[in-house]
Amino acid sequence: MASVLRFRKLCYVESAVKCTSVGYESFEIDEKLDEKEEDVLSANNFALEINKKRKQPKRQPKEWRCLDSCCWIIGYLCTTWWLLLFFYHCLPVTLLRVPELPGPGVRLKREGLTALHPVVLVPGIVTGGLELWEGRPCADGLFRKRLWGGGSFTQIFKRPLCLLEHLSLHYETGLDPQGIRVRAVPGLVGADYFAPGYFVWAVLIENLAKIGYEGKNLHMAAYDWRLSFQNTEIRDHALTRLKSKIELMYISNGYKKVVAVPHSMGVIYFLHFLKWVETPPPMGGGGGPGWCAKHIKAVMNIGPAFLGVPKAVSNLFSAEGKDVSYIRAMAPGVFDSEILGLQTFERVMRMARTWDSIVSLLPKGGEVIWGNMDRSPEEGHVCDFSKKSHSKTSLTTNNVNNSDVKRGFLVKDLANYGRIISFGKPASVLHSSKLPTADSKEFSRTSTSENFNNFTCGEAWTEYDEMSRQSIQNVAADKAYTTTTLIDLLRFVAPKMMRRAEAHFSHGIAENLDDPKYNHYKYWSNPLETKLSDAPDMEIYCMYGVGIPTERSYVYKLSPNSRCKSIPYQIDNSVHGEDGSCLKGGVYFADGDESVPVLSAGFMCAKGWRGRTRFNPSGIATYIREYRHKPPTSLMEGRGIESGSHVDIMGNFALIEDIMRVAAGATGDEIGGDQIHSDIIKMSERINLGI
Amino acid sequence: MSFLRRRKGTDSSKPQNLRCNIVKEDEKNNLYESPRKESYNSKKWSCWDSCCWFIGFVCSVWWFLLLLYNTMPASIPQYVTEAITGPLTDPPGVKLRKEGLTVNHPVVFVPGIVTGGLELWEGHQCAEGLFRKRLWGGSFGELYKRPLCWAQHMSLDNETGLDPPGIRVRPVSGLVAADYFAAGYFVWAVLIANLAQIGYEEKTMYMAAYDWRLSFQNTEVRDQTLSRIKSNIELMVATNGGKKVVVIPHSMGVLYFLHFMKWVEAPPPMGGGGGSEWCAKHIKAVMNIGGPFLGVPKSVSGLFSVEARDIAIARTFAPGFLDKDVFGLQTFQHLMRMTRTWDSTMSMIPKGGEIIWGGLDWSPEGSSFNCGAKTLRNNSINNTDQIPNINLANMKNVNYGRIISFGKDVAEAHSSKIERVDLLDSMKADMLANLTNCDIWIEYHDIGDHRIKAVADYKVYTAGSILDLLQFVSPKLMARGGAHFSYGIADNLDDPKYQHYKYWSNPLETKLPDAPDMEIYSMYGVGIPTERAYVYKVTTATDCSIPFQIDTSAEGGSEDSCLKGGVFSADGDETVPVLSAGLMAAKGWRGKTRFNPSGIPTYIREYSHAPPANLLEGRGTQSGAHVDIMGNFALIEDVIRVAAGATGKELGGDHVYSDIFKWAERINLQL
Repeated sequence: MASVLRFRKLCYVESAVKCTSVGYESFEIDEKLDEKEEDVLSANNFALEINKKRKQPKRQPKEWRCLDSCCWIIGYLCTTWWLLLFFYHCLPVTLLRVPELPGPGVRLKREGLTALHPVVLVPGIVTGGLELWEGRPCADGLFRKRLWGGGSFTQIFKRPLCLLEHLSLHYETGLDPQGIRVRAVPGLVGADYFAPGYFVWAVLIENLAKIGYEGKNLHMAAYDWRLSFQNTEIRDHALTRLKSKIELMYISNGYKKVVAVPHSMGVIYFLHFLKWVETPPPMGGGGGPGWCAKHIKAVMNIGPAFLGVPKAVSNLFSAEGKDVSYIRAMAPGVFDSEILGLQTFERVMRMARTWDSIVSLLPKGGEVIWGNMDRSPEEGHVCDFSKKSHSKTSLTTNNVNNSDVKRGFLVKDLANYGRIISFGKPASVLHSSKLPTADSKEFSRTSTSENFNNFTCGEAWTEYDEMSRQSIQNVAADKAYTTTTLIDLLRFVAPKMMRRAEAHFSHGIAENLDDPKYNHYKYWSNPLETKLSDAPDMEIYCMYGVGIPTERSYVYKLSPNSRCKSIPYQIDNSVHGEDGSCLKGGVYFADGDESVPVLSAGFMCAKGWRGRTRFNPSGIATYIREYRHKPPTSLMEGRGIESGSHVDIMGNFALIEDIMRVAAGATGDEIGGDQIHSDIIKMSERINLGI
Repeated sequence: MSFLRRRKGTDSSKPQNLRCNIVKEDEKNNLYESPRKESYNSKKWSCWDSCCWFIGFVCSVWWFLLLLYNTMPASIPQYVTEAITGPLTDPPGVKLRKEGLTVNHPVVFVPGIVTGGLELWEGHQCAEGLFRKRLWGGSFGELYKRPLCWAQHMSLDNETGLDPPGIRVRPVSGLVAADYFAAGYFVWAVLIANLAQIGYEEKTMYMAAYDWRLSFQNTEVRDQTLSRIKSNIELMVATNGGKKVVVIPHSMGVLYFLHFMKWVEAPPPMGGGGGSEWCAKHIKAVMNIGGPFLGVPKSVSGLFSVEARDIAIARTFAPGFLDKDVFGLQTFQHLMRMTRTWDSTMSMIPKGGEIIWGGLDWSPEGSSFNCGAKTLRNNSINNTDQIPNINLANMKNVNYGRIISFGKDVAEAHSSKIERVDLLDSMKADMLANLTNCDIWIEYHDIGDHRIKAVADYKVYTAGSILDLLQFVSPKLMARGGAHFSYGIADNLDDPKYQHYKYWSNPLETKLPDAPDMEIYSMYGVGIPTERAYVYKVTTATDCSIPFQIDTSAEGGSEDSCLKGGVFSADGDETVPVLSAGLMAAKGWRGKTRFNPSGIPTYIREYSHAPPANLLEGRGTQSGAHVDIMGNFALIEDVIRVAAGATGKELGGDHVYSDIFKWAERINLQL
């Protein structure tokens, strides 16, 4: 409570002082207002007294001075505040309770559902908590305190540089730096709330508990989301622990198979796990080929980033595409202000680039999936940033169906999603024949002669510092990049990072899945380069929100200031399309859940794994469950019970109900099979992938 | 702050812009002008204004100090401490890291009673909004806000000892479950921090949290806790290159782990089916901290009249709190009703009867513990041996064998002089009690005055007859507990009846597993007077109260007497007497005995209690008290060394201050 009071009081002082300082800066303008000067002076004194008063205790009590009135005011406010607080606490608890919307848990309990299958939750990137186990002197007193997630982020504000240092990994190995051990917070607390009041899994957990779930049949598979997936096993045995936990829950709950519920990056983490667990040791977990069939009933992927997210590109390229929760936690102002010195972005970028896991989110499947210079599977998507209604969508579908005429109109301002990064607006719209081609060989040639440029500027070292001005401009001269050339681009601008990360992740499409090279773990998290396990009774769900404009490709520019420490590229947010265009602030938007485009989330379920394909040899059933985004109708709803956005969807009642029904024993057909609002089926048809 | 000051000099001479003027003028009118008028008219400076002024002043200073405190570099408190007390000794973790010790064996913690956190998973209407909030441990905030609701949710079902319908309270899992009991009151946190210094982390440490209210077997029935512990230990051994685990149980966790070791090797469905070599394969050492192997007398008074509070309980609920009427008039009854539904409290009733705890006229401790003096007089033992007369005289004074006596006279008189009415007779002659209409149901109300009188007439109870007493006053409770715990001494350990789980937590009725390479440590504090026997009286209060209470007016004659406030004290760690903590390691399991057929080596490590030298030390680095010992540097060092690979011999073998070996000789236990 004291802190609240202090805050109030600081605001009070600050507002007064701000006024005086504003006055100070603009005194020349107000020279004429002499007649007011005296008043002003006195008022000014008043503000100053606030600062002085701590040195000047009460003088002659009879003299009612400015300082005294301040004290009086503060005292008065405090007393009232305390009084109100006292009354608040005296009130019976039930009276103050905001009438909560009865979640699906209560209703389903009345229907008679009870806990049946154990549930494993797999959190995604950034939502999991991290705590300190060993650190440098600057992090004294933070032992086993959260550095990330969970509690407040106060430490970030107190010692920002120290924290950045501790959250970074080793640039060469992607593991712990010397003398620093930061570990994932285990248990449900690891990811139930990201920040106070900002739920991630909490709503789902609460509803599951209503039908009888508790610690013994509900498990949070917390892992260090900064590491590459295989490294979580090497350093923390996270995969082994997950395996042992699933086996234990399977046995101790009467041999009931487990329902896994991964979210966001957790989806590809769990994909990795499924391959790992059946692979023989030492690389795998040695569970044998029948493990998944025996232990897992269903994998209910929420907001799955199967084929990567374009956001990861801009994040790695210029630290600009921020993950949704990222932004919310650190208010945008923090990044732009000078709290961390002038190099906020550089430092954040440097930190983010030590995290292998971000590379796992780069778009996978190259031009076949994401489209090339002139073609993309989403072609014809009409962006409407205002509220979308059902009728609009059906209209869009019609457009795509039967109108070459309309197509012509659309092409004029067509979002050319295939070009994930283009330099300048013209490069993003012109036909490919008019553009210089990106030649990856050129990169490799130039990059060998790069390292002469060895002036280092400051500690905030990024790999951009090692590039010459010339090569930076060369990159921009290439004008437009597709997902395939993008990987080359990243290899060029950040060779060390990509070398490190590409030992763990692959982004291609397999020609022949039986090639023995695909036994390597780096392919396990790419659904296009692995076979699903042989578990015909298992079910795979793709559950995601639709109806929110989602970053899909970017228009970049060279950043104007060329001081050595800055990032040389930035999103050109002056570029806007016409009304109804998908281009806004330098970003092309497509349908999705604000983070993951529909294409990435739904394609595997809609086509890649549908039926018996080479990626899904045993014909595991897949279901697409889309949830149309509806913003919260009133403040009481908080973040909305029908939200479709990437994290808020975890509070979507329809989604929760689906999960609970499956956990209580229902199959995909029983909950209604596919439920599709977007054009995912049309889009997948356009993708020419041999299956 | 500093930039505000910098402006100070220049500001006063600068004019302001218009926008600000308006604001200022408003403020000026409100705040400045009117007081100025008042200053001419000094009558207006009323008491109320002075009050506000004063509060405002205090608040401002407070905030200012808070600001300074927050901006202060974190190392200053340490400088201050060092300036006052001289350089701090390194905590054991840092010291041993310098010696080069690193992670070796994985570590399992088994918390004791009351120290583990409990959280709500499903509750009644009154507990709305507490989902997954801690009901036990942490801040206890809800206890103050809605006490009755809290007590209701903490209780178990009176018949089954499991969840009441509609309520699910579950243990918190992970290290957070028992690192701190309440904010700032550490339990395992210091040990964890020191282990982390030599490289331990989540993957090599495991807190075997369990619901400490349940009977041990019920934790498996309801939560599969034992299976989880088994699976986790197997996992840790597998992921750490086959290194066996070091188990560190504390307090009741000691009994729980004893139960676990029997359970894991027993065949399903009753046991875990690990096979007869499970312990030998997975456990390197069991380092029991303050283990009540043979029970604690405290639990008797706890069950009998809720008066002996466990140390942790006593500290959180400040003593004054219990006696006030926060719960209404029936605090104790509510508490009693709640604790009586907890089967686990019955696991700590003194075991082994008169053979271990002493009969009417003798006790193993004799008079060797000098309750008044700060240190133990080691030569007093020799005196008692040499001069039997003095011995006898002392025996009169301190008759530990009589765990409950009614009246001080009875406690001190020789057994031949006590007239006793046989309890069994009155049992036969009992009549149905007229049921009272008290709100709170405790079994005392079913008993009736007649029986209560009979209880008091029996006068003296030893560890053996105490069971009859409890059976008599609370038959339902004991019937429930009797199905899960046993308190006797086995005549023949090969009797097939000892396969039943109710014997597993009694070291006198089980064999240790066949694991000759395992080590068992008994580590406990000594030098603190510990409750050992009680003087009771019958209260004459109203219907709805507990009819017995400790006669706090009973005091020993001299200052050195062991009788204080109705309680006879003996040597121990404030909760567990040395006898209970050390006897098994000193005698029952020493060498190859029938309780320890494979000859598992045992080590006794005693830590002499030294209160904290000054306030800065907090709860002390050399404490021997039951919970505070977890912060004892010597104990932590021992634990770390063993975890890093040392054996008991390398630690220095036994380390004994008390007379436990002498006492053990006096106990006529067949080995």
